Amino acid sequence: MMFSDASAVRPALAAQGYLADDRIAQVVFLADRLDKPVLVEGPAGVGKTELAKAVAGATGKRLIRLQCYEGLDESKALYEWNYRKQLLRLQADQGREWSEIEADIFGEDFLLTRPLLEAIRSPEPVVLLIDEVDRVEVETEALMLEVLSDFQVSIPELGTIGASSLPAVYLTSNNTRELSEALKRRCLFLHIGYPTIEREREILLTRVPGLAAALADRVARFVAGVRAQNLRKPPSVSESVDWARTLIALGVADIDEAVIGDTLNVLLKHQTDIERVAAGLTEGTAAG
Amino acid sequence: MAAFLTAFIGELREAGVPVSMVEAVDAARALEHVDIESRLSLKAALGATLVKSARHIDAFDAAFEAFFALMPPGGEDADRRAFEDHAAVSGSGGAGAGASEVEDLVAALFSSLRDGDLGLMQSVVRSAVSRLAGMEPGRPVGGAYYLYRVLRRLQLDEIGARLRDELETPGASPIESRLTAEEVERRLEEFREALRAEIRRRLVADRGRQAVARTLRRPLVEDLDLTTASRDDLARVEAAVHPLTRKLATRLARRRRRGRDGRLDVRRTVRSSLQTGGVPIDPRFRSPRPTKPEIVLLTDISGSVATFARFTMQFVYAIAAQLNRVRAFAFIDTIDEVTRFFGPGVDFTEALRKVGTEAEVVWLDGHSDYGNAFGTFVLEHFEAITPRSIVIVTGDARTNYHDPNPAALARIASVARSVYWLNPERRRYWDTGDSVMGAYAAVCDEVHEVRSLRQLERFVEKVAIPVSRPVRRLV
Repeated sequence: MMFSDASAVRPALAAQGYLADDRIAQVVFLADRLDKPVLVEGPAGVGKTELAKAVAGATGKRLIRLQCYEGLDESKALYEWNYRKQLLRLQADQGREWSEIEADIFGEDFLLTRPLLEAIRSPEPVVLLIDEVDRVEVETEALMLEVLSDFQVSIPELGTIGASSLPAVYLTSNNTRELSEALKRRCLFLHIGYPTIEREREILLTRVPGLAAALADRVARFVAGVRAQNLRKPPSVSESVDWARTLIALGVADIDEAVIGDTLNVLLKHQTDIERVAAGLTEGTAAG
Repeated sequence: MAAFLTAFIGELREAGVPVSMVEAVDAARALEHVDIESRLSLKAALGATLVKSARHIDAFDAAFEAFFALMPPGGEDADRRAFEDHAAVSGSGGAGAGASEVEDLVAALFSSLRDGDLGLMQSVVRSAVSRLAGMEPGRPVGGAYYLYRVLRRLQLDEIGARLRDELETPGASPIESRLTAEEVERRLEEFREALRAEIRRRLVADRGRQAVARTLRRPLVEDLDLTTASRDDLARVEAAVHPLTRKLATRLARRRRRGRDGRLDVRRTVRSSLQTGGVPIDPRFRSPRPTKPEIVLLTDISGSVATFARFTMQFVYAIAAQLNRVRAFAFIDTIDEVTRFFGPGVDFTEALRKVGTEAEVVWLDGHSDYGNAFGTFVLEHFEAITPRSIVIVTGDARTNYHDPNPAALARIASVARSVYWLNPERRRYWDTGDSVMGAYAAVCDEVHEVRSLRQLERFVEKVAIPVSRPVRRLV
C-alpha cells in the first residue's frame, strides 16, 4: 500500500511536479490497491510517461523502464544467458564432467537480467514502466502477460522466478495498434486526453518558472482554441510548455498576432497546420 | 450493488462494449476501495475496469450518465431534490411560463455566465427545465426534444452576443476578441451540458434508468452508417479515420515483412557469431520483400454517395504509404483523374473541394452515368491499368437508366490484377430500380457492401495482403 486513500494521491504527485486530475488520481490509487497494471493511453505528449515517473518519485521507489520498439524480443525484455562468459567458463574448465559444468553455467551468475526480470527480482518494490507497448509485435506482447498477471518469469533452465515484492506496473500506448484483449483484460485502463484549460494553466505554471499567471492563462486558452481546429497534429502539452518557455526567452509579456505568427512553429510541427492557424489569426473570429 | 453492477454491465454490452467476466469481477473489487457515494470516483473506478479502448469511452459515458443520473453531482439534499423532481414531472406541465418569467431567467442566466457563478447556474438550469421544458410523466419523448424546448425560449445566441460585448475590453486586438469569443462559447456549452444532465436526471426519475439508457445508446464509431450519419457523427468518424489507418498501416507493414523467412544472410550471421566466439548460434535471414500492390480508385462522387466517397478516398490515401502507388479517378457522368489534388502534406478537405470544383467529372446533366464513365476511362486513361493494379470501384451502381456498359468494366478487369466494387447501399436494395449491380458484379472479382468504417477496414486489410494472385478470366 503506497497511498492511504485516494485523496492522498494528488498532493503526492503534485509534489513531484505532476498535476493529476481526479480521474488519474483515482486510477493510480486503485492500481495500488488492486495490485493491477495500468494501461495509459492517449495522444503523444500528454504526460503518460511522466505519470509513471511521478508515481515512482511520490512513492520513493526505483523506476525500471522498458522502452519498447519493433523487434524487441525475449532477450532484450526478459533475460539472456551471457554466452561469452559461459564460453570462457567452458574453456577454463576443460576436463571437468559435463554434468558438473551444466549446473554451473546455467546458474544465476551467467544470467543477464533485462528490465522485466529485474523488476520481478528486485528485493525492494519498484515501479516498472513499459513505454510505448503498442510498438512491439503481438508475440512479444504475449511474453509480458505472465509478468503482468502473475508477476513471475519462467526460465527453462532455472525454473519459475516469482516476485519478492509486487512492482507497480505502468504501460503506455500511443494507440498505433489495437493491443491484444488478453493484455487489456489484465490492466486497468486510463485514457489521458488533452487537459482542461484550468489544468493546463496549472501545468504551465509549475513547469515554466517565471511565467506570469495572466500569460499562462492566455497561452492555455489560445492552445485550447488551436486544438479545437481540425489539424493534422494538434499541439501537445509538452509543445505548449515549450511555447511558453519560448515566450519567456523572448521576453514577451503578452501574446499578439505578431508574436504568435513568429513562434507558431514551436507549437505546430506541420507546415499546413501552421498556415491554417496563421490564417485564422488574422480573421479574428472564433474558429471551430 | 451487485445487481446494479450487473445491470450496468448488461447495458454496456448491449451498447457494443465488450466486457469480459474478469473485468466485471475487477469492477466489483474496485468498488470496495472507492467512495461509492462520490460520482467521480465511481465513474473513474468503473471506467478503468470496464472500458479498455478509447473508442468505447463515449458509449460508457452515455450509459453511466443514464444509470447514475440520480446521483447528485454535489452533496445536495437528496430528499429535497426528489420532491422537486416529483413536482416538476407531475406538475402543471410547465408550459405556461409567462414572458416575464422567461426574462427573469435570462437575466439570471446572463449574470451567472458572466461571473462564472456555478451555483446560480445550477438553479437557473433547474428552474428553466421545470418551467420551460414542459415535461410530462410517462411521455415517450427523448431528451433532445425537451432540450430544444428550453433552448428555444432562452435565445442563447442573443445571450452569447451580449456576453461577448460585456467581456470584451474596448479596442481589443483580433486575437483578444477571438479568445473572448471562445470563452463565451465554452461557458454556453457548459450551460447546455448542465441542461442536458438535468433533463436526463428527470427522465430517469420518471421512466427508470434502463429505458433512458436505451434511448441514449449511440452506435460505436466503427459501426456508424456512413451514408446516413449526421454531421455530428461524421465528425466522430473523421476523427477515428486517422488512428484507424495508422493502426492498419503498421499492421500491414508488419505482416508484409514477416510471413516466411527469406534466405540465409551469411554476412550478418558471421557478424553476429563473433559475439559468441565464432559459433553461429543465431542464424540471420534476409527478409522477403513481396511487391506492393498498385491501387486504381474509381469513385462515384455524385450527390447520392458523396459522403461515402469522401471516406473511401481519405482511407485509401491514408494508407497510400503502404502501397506502391495510388491513382484516383472521380466520376459522375464522365471521368477525370484527381490524383494530383492529393499528396503528402496536402490538406484533405481542401483537396476534396478542388476535386469538386476543378475536376471535369460532369459531361451532360450531372447525374451518375457509370456506363459512360467506364467507357471514357477505357478510351482516355487505360494506360493506368497494369497487371499489378488493383481496381477499386466505389458507388451505388445506380445509372439513372443509362446504358451500364459492363463491357468497358470487363475490359479493365481483363488487364488488372483484380477488380473490387464497394457499394454503400444495403445488399437487399441492389438490383432494384435503376441499380445495375448485378451486371457489374459478374465482371468484378468481389463485390462488398461497405457502409461502416469496420467494413471498410476489413476490406482494405484483405486487399493489401493478397493471399494468392487470382487467375484472370479472358473476355
